[in-house]
Amino acid sequence: MTTGAVSGWDLSVGVDGPGTRLVVFTAGCPLRCLYCHNPETWRMRDGQRMAAGEVMAEIARYRRFISVAGGGVTVSGGEPLLQPEFTGELLRRCHDLGLHTALDTSGYLGDRATDAMLAVTDLVLLDVKAFAPVTYRRLTGGPLAPTLRFARRLAVLGRPVWLRFVLVPGLTDDPDEVDGLAGFVAGLGNVERVDVLPFHRMAAAKYHRLGRPFPLADTPPPTGDQVAEVLARFRAHGLTAA
Amino acid sequence: MVTAVVNDQGTGLAAWRGFRPGRWRTHVDVRDFVQGNRTPYSGDAGFLAGPTERTRTVWGKVSALFPEERRRGVLDVDAATPSSITSHRPGYIDRDRELIVGLQTDAPLRRAIMPAGGLRMVEAGLAAYGYELDPRVREVFTRYRKTHNEGVFDAYTPEIRRARRSGVITGLPDAYGRGRIIGDYRRVALYGVDRLVEAKRAERAALDGAYATEEVIRDREELAEQLRALGELKAMAASYGYDVSRPAATAREAAQWLYFAYLAAIKEQNGAAMSLGRTSTFLDIYLQRDLDEGQITEEEAQELVDDLVIKLRIVRFLRTPEYDRLFSGDPTWVTESIGGMSSDGRTLVTRTSYRFLQTLRNLGPAPEPNLTVLWSPRLPEPFKRFCAELSIETSAIQYESDELLRPRFGDDAAIACCVSAAPMGRQMQFFGARVNLAKTLLYAINGGRDEMTGEQVGPKLPPPAGDFLDYEQVAAAFDRMMDWLAETYVNALNIIHYMHDKYAYERLEMALHDHPVKRTLACGIAGLSVAADSLAAIRYAKVRVIRDATGLAVDYEVEGEHPVYGNNDDRADAIAVDLVRSFMAKIRRYPAYRDAEHTQSVLTITSNVVYGAHTGNTPDGRRAGRPFAPGANPMNGRDARGIVASALSVAKLPYDDALDGISLTSTITPDGLGRTEAERVANLVGVLDGYFDARGFHMNVNVLSRATLLDAMEHPERYPQLTVRVSGYAVNFTRLTREQQQDVVDRTFHGAR
Repeated sequence: MTTGAVSGWDLSVGVDGPGTRLVVFTAGCPLRCLYCHNPETWRMRDGQRMAAGEVMAEIARYRRFISVAGGGVTVSGGEPLLQPEFTGELLRRCHDLGLHTALDTSGYLGDRATDAMLAVTDLVLLDVKAFAPVTYRRLTGGPLAPTLRFARRLAVLGRPVWLRFVLVPGLTDDPDEVDGLAGFVAGLGNVERVDVLPFHRMAAAKYHRLGRPFPLADTPPPTGDQVAEVLARFRAHGLTAA
Repeated sequence: MVTAVVNDQGTGLAAWRGFRPGRWRTHVDVRDFVQGNRTPYSGDAGFLAGPTERTRTVWGKVSALFPEERRRGVLDVDAATPSSITSHRPGYIDRDRELIVGLQTDAPLRRAIMPAGGLRMVEAGLAAYGYELDPRVREVFTRYRKTHNEGVFDAYTPEIRRARRSGVITGLPDAYGRGRIIGDYRRVALYGVDRLVEAKRAERAALDGAYATEEVIRDREELAEQLRALGELKAMAASYGYDVSRPAATAREAAQWLYFAYLAAIKEQNGAAMSLGRTSTFLDIYLQRDLDEGQITEEEAQELVDDLVIKLRIVRFLRTPEYDRLFSGDPTWVTESIGGMSSDGRTLVTRTSYRFLQTLRNLGPAPEPNLTVLWSPRLPEPFKRFCAELSIETSAIQYESDELLRPRFGDDAAIACCVSAAPMGRQMQFFGARVNLAKTLLYAINGGRDEMTGEQVGPKLPPPAGDFLDYEQVAAAFDRMMDWLAETYVNALNIIHYMHDKYAYERLEMALHDHPVKRTLACGIAGLSVAADSLAAIRYAKVRVIRDATGLAVDYEVEGEHPVYGNNDDRADAIAVDLVRSFMAKIRRYPAYRDAEHTQSVLTITSNVVYGAHTGNTPDGRRAGRPFAPGANPMNGRDARGIVASALSVAKLPYDDALDGISLTSTITPDGLGRTEAERVANLVGVLDGYFDARGFHMNVNVLSRATLLDAMEHPERYPQLTVRVSGYAVNFTRLTREQQQDVVDRTFHGAR
């Protein structure tokens, strides 16, 4: 029986893939993004050990709602590919139930996603946090290359991708870098849309509760104009961006 | 049941040109008319017209009066003329431009006095705004004419008075009009008053052979009063230059006749809720005929609806500031039920369903009329999207389950007030406000003593013993306390409605009902989520009692975690379900006045703030005085899993044990619905489909950000039309008290995680 470390689950509308979604947050992440808004999901040991069947039982309670309302299941984290077997089983079983499936990942551990797992994943929400390796490392503590490698592989496999890009003033808003990312993404051919997510500080309270410093406590959220400018850069490459 | 046969003669045939015949021609049967003549519409909103210059001018003239009214509380009052159908000379906003005429008094926003419900309320209302009651009126209503309010207090028992004073039973309509009765105002348009008089006479004649029991005598007197009211309706319309004795022959006449009938009701009754019914699809038949005949354009059709809605937006009653605090502003619950499906499987959505909703754009958002969409997943998709679009734009629409309503009340039912359904013209309710279940739980813990005053209000029952609350003991004590509460409550309601029938009978509204009418006794509960979470705490965690020197439990300490209502967790939700079931069963044990069928609602209106103020610390950790959640809502902030889990918890409450309605108010931030406008619309449609599919009954949808509300608190002048759905109705946010505004801001906002 496959088990996994789960940080929690939630029902969201319109933010973690199309429609109303049950989002399973796995515990544990190899990256430490400065703006992370789920710091409670960093360590696997902070999660709750659950059998895939238990998670599926929870999902089953929402199956009808999700199919009437339109939506699906999203496995998020943490980094779900830190627990590829568990994540793979959830995606497969949801897929078998006829539910739309989405995988929300940084792509850093993309090599661990098997082709079989990707075949039952209807949508990948791929977080590309920066396009210059040095920026990426400063922001996440890890290398960029595995994410780009995963992105190319998804393109080859023809799996639909929604790109997610968090806009942080002074950190990820360099116009050349944004253009570079936009060009790369546009070249993939399988990216259906780009979500530009304005950085926010709503997680500050969580950091406080966990007794950890929030690294971006003094960074302001981007202005509407800044967001619009970045959206325009993605759109200039023929991408659908919102 | 007596069937009234309508004589098919006179001007009916010309007025009914082009209508498909049916039973409606020989019987008073508006539903049959609607079924046979409506034009279902499943297209989109592309045909709609914007506001005309005329509409802008008329609306501008009334809107210009609002700031002054807001500043002074009321714009003006006629303190000398007890209002009746014919009491006031005609009044106009702009006589040359209005398409639909008629005001409650002789000037817009000038309020009337209605002392038959209660003189004290009138005097207090006048005094609060610097007016004085005309001494002759006071003399009449003290020396010669008794009021409903006096009658009730003549018959109340000391026990009822104690329960009422402590707030364990509250909001009772014992000092003003009970409202919630909807006349079938459409009848006046379709048949004209003369035919309705004829039908009423036939109903009355059918009683001639009956032995004169108290019941029969009362029925005869009431029917006589109804006939008198119909006569007065004709006289009132004549004073405006219209002859409503005959049926309406055009759309403009149909809207005018219908409005005159409604106007007569609100000139005579200051009921808490004075709802309109289900009129849009009915009016559509007339509008469509005029359009087909080339008599009007779409612009003119919309203009007519806009003008009618302007009238509905300025319905006013004289009330006290305390009353307004209880209900958040100055609501009148002019509820109009829109859409739904017919029992033949076709939709009841017509172009005029769209036209009514379009007024939110043409005139800007407003809390009244209380636009209520009867939702079914089977509604035409474009209509669903239009509703969602407007909800996102205005937060001014509420939704009720057509799928739950239709099997129980048929496909011609309308909502009175917020969530109370009844078939049009066949059923009325005795409005019963509500009891405070959270406070009742505290009474159980305290052996019937009030947790705030220490007074013995409930029966002296042995309280649960020990430092820690034992679930079995508390549940048993609570059950006994609810027995007492149910009995005291139904007792009070029987008295109230006996006296209301006697001293403030709704002559005109009942003239637009069949005889005999079906009656319900609409009881209600407040504080459901507080009571459920408290019981969950006692059951699943440890709750230590803190007592004062007299042994009164005044506070609680919760040790450990426990599930709470509102997260689709059956452990807590089942407690809420059980409370609804068991209180309903207890209510049913006590016979209701006039053999009414017992029902209950889980609805607080906005009085959740006031109920909370009158309730001490509760075992769920809620502090004394803090507001309850509104209606059937989970406690603010405790429904942590998002709008869907929260709604699914509420959907578990059994509608058949709460047939007077179950209210859920959801607030979601725009980005909590999706990233683009199109996504937000599609996702809101999805949530509504899913919720009503899951047997949810009602949802108020607010799409707002907390920042908007905070800004509106600081700069009310920038948000004159900011509308917020609260608990079955909408309010103008800037007209709320600071405390109520804070309560709205503190509610759970379901956003993006």
